[in-house]
Amino acid sequence: MGNKKRIDMWTALSFTVLGLFVLFLLYPLWGLLRQAVVGPRGGVTLEYFSRFFEYRYYSSTIINSLKVSSAITIVTLILGIPISYFYSFYQLKGAKVLFVASLLCAMSAPFIGAYSWVLLLGRSGVITKFFANYLNINIGSIYGFNGILFVQALKLFPLVFIYMNGAFKNIDNSLMEASASMGTVGLKRFFTVILKLAMPTILAASLVVFMRAFADFGTPLLIGEGYRTFPVEIYNQYLGDHGRDYNFAAAISVIAVVLTSAVFLLQKWATSRYNFSISAMNPVEKKKPKGIMGILMHLYAYILVGIAFLPQAYIVYLSFRNSDLAVFLPGYSLHNYRMAADRLLGRSIYNTLVLGAGSLAIIIVVAIIIAYLVVRRRSLLNNFIDTLSMIPYVLPGSVIGIALVIAFSDRPFALTGTAAVMIIAWVIRRMPYTIRSATATLQLIPMNVEEAATSLGTSKPKTFARITVPMMRNGIVSGAILSWITIVTELSSAIILYNNRTITLTMSTYVAISRGNDGLAAAFAAITTVVTAISIIIYLAVSKSEDVQI
Amino acid sequence: MSVVITIKNALKKFGDNVIIPDLSLTVKPGEFFTLLGPSGCGKTTLLRMIAGFNSIEGGEFYFDKRLINDLDPAKRNIGMVFQNYAIFPHLSVRKNVEFGLTNRKLAKADIRAQADKFLKLMQIDELADRMPANLSGGQQQRVALARALCIEPDVLLMDEPLSNLDAKLRVEMRSVIKNIQHTVGITTIYVTHDQEEAMAVSDRIAVMNKGVIQHIGSPKNIYQRPANIFVATFIGRSNVVEGELVMRNGVPHMKLHDYEVPMPNVKEEFRTSQRIMISIRPEELSVSRETGKGLRAVIEDSTFLGLNTHYFMRMQSGMQLESIHESTIESIITPGTEVSFTVNAEKINLFTADGSMNILEGVQNDAVPSTKTARNSGVAV
Repeated sequence: MGNKKRIDMWTALSFTVLGLFVLFLLYPLWGLLRQAVVGPRGGVTLEYFSRFFEYRYYSSTIINSLKVSSAITIVTLILGIPISYFYSFYQLKGAKVLFVASLLCAMSAPFIGAYSWVLLLGRSGVITKFFANYLNINIGSIYGFNGILFVQALKLFPLVFIYMNGAFKNIDNSLMEASASMGTVGLKRFFTVILKLAMPTILAASLVVFMRAFADFGTPLLIGEGYRTFPVEIYNQYLGDHGRDYNFAAAISVIAVVLTSAVFLLQKWATSRYNFSISAMNPVEKKKPKGIMGILMHLYAYILVGIAFLPQAYIVYLSFRNSDLAVFLPGYSLHNYRMAADRLLGRSIYNTLVLGAGSLAIIIVVAIIIAYLVVRRRSLLNNFIDTLSMIPYVLPGSVIGIALVIAFSDRPFALTGTAAVMIIAWVIRRMPYTIRSATATLQLIPMNVEEAATSLGTSKPKTFARITVPMMRNGIVSGAILSWITIVTELSSAIILYNNRTITLTMSTYVAISRGNDGLAAAFAAITTVVTAISIIIYLAVSKSEDVQI
Repeated sequence: MSVVITIKNALKKFGDNVIIPDLSLTVKPGEFFTLLGPSGCGKTTLLRMIAGFNSIEGGEFYFDKRLINDLDPAKRNIGMVFQNYAIFPHLSVRKNVEFGLTNRKLAKADIRAQADKFLKLMQIDELADRMPANLSGGQQQRVALARALCIEPDVLLMDEPLSNLDAKLRVEMRSVIKNIQHTVGITTIYVTHDQEEAMAVSDRIAVMNKGVIQHIGSPKNIYQRPANIFVATFIGRSNVVEGELVMRNGVPHMKLHDYEVPMPNVKEEFRTSQRIMISIRPEELSVSRETGKGLRAVIEDSTFLGLNTHYFMRMQSGMQLESIHESTIESIITPGTEVSFTVNAEKINLFTADGSMNILEGVQNDAVPSTKTARNSGVAV
């Protein structure tokens, strides 16, 4: 009898969660698809798709996006793998600082970094001017393909760094010794043993970097200029300068969904070919770096992280400079912040924190339920829910934004322009972090512990509340903080869904940037950066581990 | 607080896979009852059916006269100890032990007093405020036991509680468990695959194989008079050879090649000439350098283990045998030496040719043969 009741409760939750996904994910995506194939006078048409592929003006954006994302992926691997190798196999001085600074770069709002780089290296950037005026050197343009590559590679290599640390840590010392005993050492060992063992992780890291680069909206928007990428094109078609065309935007979104899914499946296939997992009983002991090699390792690590961190520091610095709209003036004050206070600073912070906290609360509750369903009550339905919950992970934010607008503009769900639709977007988009982390933690908790509680006379709901959830706490909290950070730095879906009432910190920053009000932008960007940084530091303190699940 | 556990015709399936076809047994009040068998024999599955963590596909489970088949595990009033201890990692030792009591409407002071009693009994009262992560495996197992006993359960269920401990601690903890069980006097079912551990703690042992109980009896009885060849080989070590039973002047004799030994303890119904299986434990063989007495064999190898010396020898038929002797001061018999051996007729066991039944008197087997299909009671060797 008790058993029957329990089955009902969890089955009911399965259907509730499924219902939520159908309403807030599948229904909007279906709407998107419908919009993409319905002609002006009704009836099914492939006109929008054919228009996209017929005109090089549009179709080139796919090529551009793929090109720049691939280049970014390769460069991040080249930058990230060596630093991770030095970090994992040698005792670098200040290793912790390197790690935290890299994490800050990786998690910061992408467009803020890009904006800061424009102020440093743009046409009238400080460094550009310095080189031009004093050294008479033209350091080239930050705009276009090279600029996107430069900014994104520096922002995303920490992902490779963090992923690879996990893999390198799991290489057992005996494997290193075994290869040494067979005469394979040094570079040869690095390429034939170490990298091969880390291959699944390299693929996983590549996927994450590629997806982020591909879906990134802020960077190419600010510095892409003539180099037009896919996410920006979606946005432009949706509400750009060339007039609105929802159908065409929807069609491009559908193409984006197909493409990202294809990349995702390709990565899954590639990973499945490396069908081994490593875990070290005796991790490799870190050596003391010696001599010239040691110095070079330190130089490499610090210069790389230093450059990557530069825009973050610079924007905070600028926020305290005097300014007159677009021009920074000598001297320091809180002028920019005072100006921000007049321009919706309070509302932006309030919206970011309150809507963010609201989204986070929903994320935590739903993620715990999904984790429990997926791990403890395996069934076809729950597997389906698991897959559904991960779809937003590979969808560009602007696609989700447009899909929500299409779905919830009319009755019965007229939500566009409300805070609710922002919350829905954030929950859908950022829940995968918490789900993954909570699921991974729950998988490690033996079922026995819950059974022990039951055998001591504890009812099912009470066991769940008093034993299961507290034991999952670390996984939930660290996942939730990642969700939180990505909510705080969210731009691509918010830019489609926000309005004056629901404006957030990132949106205020973006608005200030687009109006050329650099002082104001610096203040907003600095606040966003600091909120992000504090969240990351809390995350590191809570998770106590460097295995960041990004 | 001591209850009788009665299981009638238990059936367990996972999908179409029958794990336990038809199992019945009775555990006496206050008894220390052990389920022993190789991995995958269904012993843990059966324990979890009693606990309520596995569904029951057929049969009846009783605590005294109360049918518990559909009773929620939380309401069965059981104490359970798990292989991995299953200590709540986020609660202190005291909170772990008190956990079950907080589900009952008890005064705080009573809860504390009750917890103290069992913390003291398990000698972990000094660890009460520690977190589980700071405890050794043995200490964690003491906490698990205190936690299970603290609610004064009707039944104590233990699932391989010692297998995660190192060898020395295992020996120490098994006497702890045995003493506590005697002190508390609670009906206990204990699951293990370690036959020495089972012998050390149990009042009675049920030897299981492939979901079927082969033998229920005291440790002494299952060792000395195993019900079938599976039990003979699973409990302790046994040399199993094929031989014959022959009648000489109305007295049954075991015949192995040309070696014959009178066996007056063969049951009446088996006193006819027939092929049999003979199980001889290594210590039931005595080897002599003098040839001529008993059967001849050649020493192939020896292992000196201090107290005992093991010899591995081969008979003319090609059959290999192992024997154990108390080590002597004389030199060890070198490989290649021809020896002869005799058996201790009082101790060896004879089985029907298929190994399914011991044909000697003195077997005490409380196992209830299956009422459903005859072939289930058969033995797979």
